Amino acid sequence: MSGWGRTAPTLATLHRPVDAEEVTAILGHGGARGAIARGLGRSYGDAAQNAGGRVLSLTGLRNVRDFDVARGLITVGAGLSIAELARLTLPFGWFPPVLPGTSQVTVGGAIAADVHGKNHHREGSFCDHLRAFELVTPGGGRRTVTPEGEPDAFGATAGGMGLTGAVVEATIELIAAETDRVRVDTERARDLDDVLDRMERGDEGYRYSVAWIDCLARGRGLGRSVLMRGDHATRDELPRGERDTMPGFATPRVLSAPRGVPSGLLSAPAVRALNEAYFRRAPRLERGRLEPLHTFFNPLDGVRDWNRLYGPRGLLQYQLVVPFGAEDALRTVLERLSGERRPAFLAVLKRFGAGRDLLSFPIPGWTLAVDLPAGHTELAPFLDELDQLVAAADGRVYLAKDSRLRRELLERMYPQLKHWRELRAGLDPEGSLRSDLARRLDLVGGP
Amino acid sequence: MKDALGDLDSVLVLGGGSEIALATVRALVARRARTVVLAARRPESLSAAAEELRTAGATDVETVRFDAGDDAEAHARLVDDVFDRHGDFDVVLVAAGVLGDQAVAERDGAAARAVVHTNFLGLVSAIVPCAERMRAQGHGTIAVLSTVAGERPRRSNFVYGSSKAGLDAFAQGLGDALAGTGVNVLVVRPGFVHTRMTAGLDAAPLATTPEKVAEATLDGLARGAHTVWAPPALRYVMSVLRHMPRPVFRRLPM
Repeated sequence: MSGWGRTAPTLATLHRPVDAEEVTAILGHGGARGAIARGLGRSYGDAAQNAGGRVLSLTGLRNVRDFDVARGLITVGAGLSIAELARLTLPFGWFPPVLPGTSQVTVGGAIAADVHGKNHHREGSFCDHLRAFELVTPGGGRRTVTPEGEPDAFGATAGGMGLTGAVVEATIELIAAETDRVRVDTERARDLDDVLDRMERGDEGYRYSVAWIDCLARGRGLGRSVLMRGDHATRDELPRGERDTMPGFATPRVLSAPRGVPSGLLSAPAVRALNEAYFRRAPRLERGRLEPLHTFFNPLDGVRDWNRLYGPRGLLQYQLVVPFGAEDALRTVLERLSGERRPAFLAVLKRFGAGRDLLSFPIPGWTLAVDLPAGHTELAPFLDELDQLVAAADGRVYLAKDSRLRRELLERMYPQLKHWRELRAGLDPEGSLRSDLARRLDLVGGP
Repeated sequence: MKDALGDLDSVLVLGGGSEIALATVRALVARRARTVVLAARRPESLSAAAEELRTAGATDVETVRFDAGDDAEAHARLVDDVFDRHGDFDVVLVAAGVLGDQAVAERDGAAARAVVHTNFLGLVSAIVPCAERMRAQGHGTIAVLSTVAGERPRRSNFVYGSSKAGLDAFAQGLGDALAGTGVNVLVVRPGFVHTRMTAGLDAAPLATTPEKVAEATLDGLARGAHTVWAPPALRYVMSVLRHMPRPVFRRLPM
């Protein structure tokens, strides 16, 4: 088993429970090397694998227990994917409150990583939109956790990387969406200052905002970006003939990445050319373009198994956030990436709003995510250096994406780690919940 | 845990006195390895090396006694004890070995047997329990220090060469047996390496250093490779030598 990056695979016993009782039974069973829940395997690193232990694939838990169409509240099994959730709710005028870069993540995974989307600056992360969830802990069986009733268990589970228990069901507050289109404004920014400035000034006017950033542009073009912002289109904004069709969430599978691609295909020159083409193709300024939801939110979901394009060595994603005021650190990261000609394709820059605490990743500031081929020369020391920079700026890297952080930096990046560990130990006193990520980073702590 | 870029947390060395092993461990600790157990016939001789590793950042360093001459039960006990006390090992580096005195060994059964015992039999009985523990932990690499001399036995050191050939073959087979268990076996085949073991011998062409072999080993670990050669060119040299007719091979000056 490995993560989306296809690096560092390990072997575990895979269980596919079909209901909460079975999850309870398997977690209660213990086993020397513990257990961890797994969703659709979209974490880049080793968050949902457990060498020598048990892995519970929860994609069988997909029932919809309740859907209050009037209020936009839905209670679903944790194995339901965000895409399925969108498909279910959109015809009724509702939409998932947070859509990450891929819709192929489960509700349980979205809670474990406390995922964010393009609306974080205004609407926060996934767990900010939960009324409750059902948590199965190894010793304590099944419990209903609400933010008011059990703030500690709720907070420790939000972004807790599955190490507080297995979420089997969640009640989600949906957001209203009349159509299946997004009304998008696109603009090009000539450099980093320009894009930061445009985001600072304009983001609050948009529900969704994201910038694609060229990490290979150097000198005067450092940080040149294409800024895409928008909101759900209302029915009135659609062309007259389309207003009465039922909205639906489709994820077309047009392409499939081939097997057997060698590592090194996405080299720096290739990525530079792709970036150049992307930047040139984008309009300098365009307002009110109507785009299908998946094109705006999840462009890569149209290419099945795109991670294969990175070959057998696999890829990793480096995602950092630095607080507002630490823009220099962001600039240095970009300078280092472009200066060393790191083939950083698909880099994304976004502004975070208010964050949660404990292990949840988002903090108010700038987040940058870049995909890199794992086989690139001297990548390990290079990323270690970036970590130092990020930590020194009081920033952090995203655990759901991480596959190589130095464990010594964890507490610096997540200052509430100790508190989280205490809360976690209260939910899993025997230490039965384990993952490779937890082992690698010594996340759980203790002996 | 090994990370996405091949960096590791923990390493157990069987034959901790080996210069190649120490160079490898130093390089691993310089990256981020924190747990190092050096098992050697004379662990007391490794206290300076252990101290150096601590200074370099390793937090959990231990030296234990491991004698290839001990019986299989003793080896199994040692392996279990080390794994029980330190937890998972990301790498077991098998590096114990002696060159022996070829001239003596080829005419003295006991001397020949001693070389084969240290380099092959005594390691096999330690590798097997390590493989079992790693199979249970579901991840890890067993890196076995072989040699190009095992690729085709040479007149000048065939006792040593044959013992390493046995170890090399065992490691390859074990690697195949462990396929799909999350555990990988890496066979490292250096050429002539300048160490205490080879001091006083005439260096062969393409001679290398422990640091170079360590570098190749780290690269192999990161790639999840099955075999690495140090220097890499030896792969092609040996490929030619392996197919050379005996009468010609015998007359080569090496």
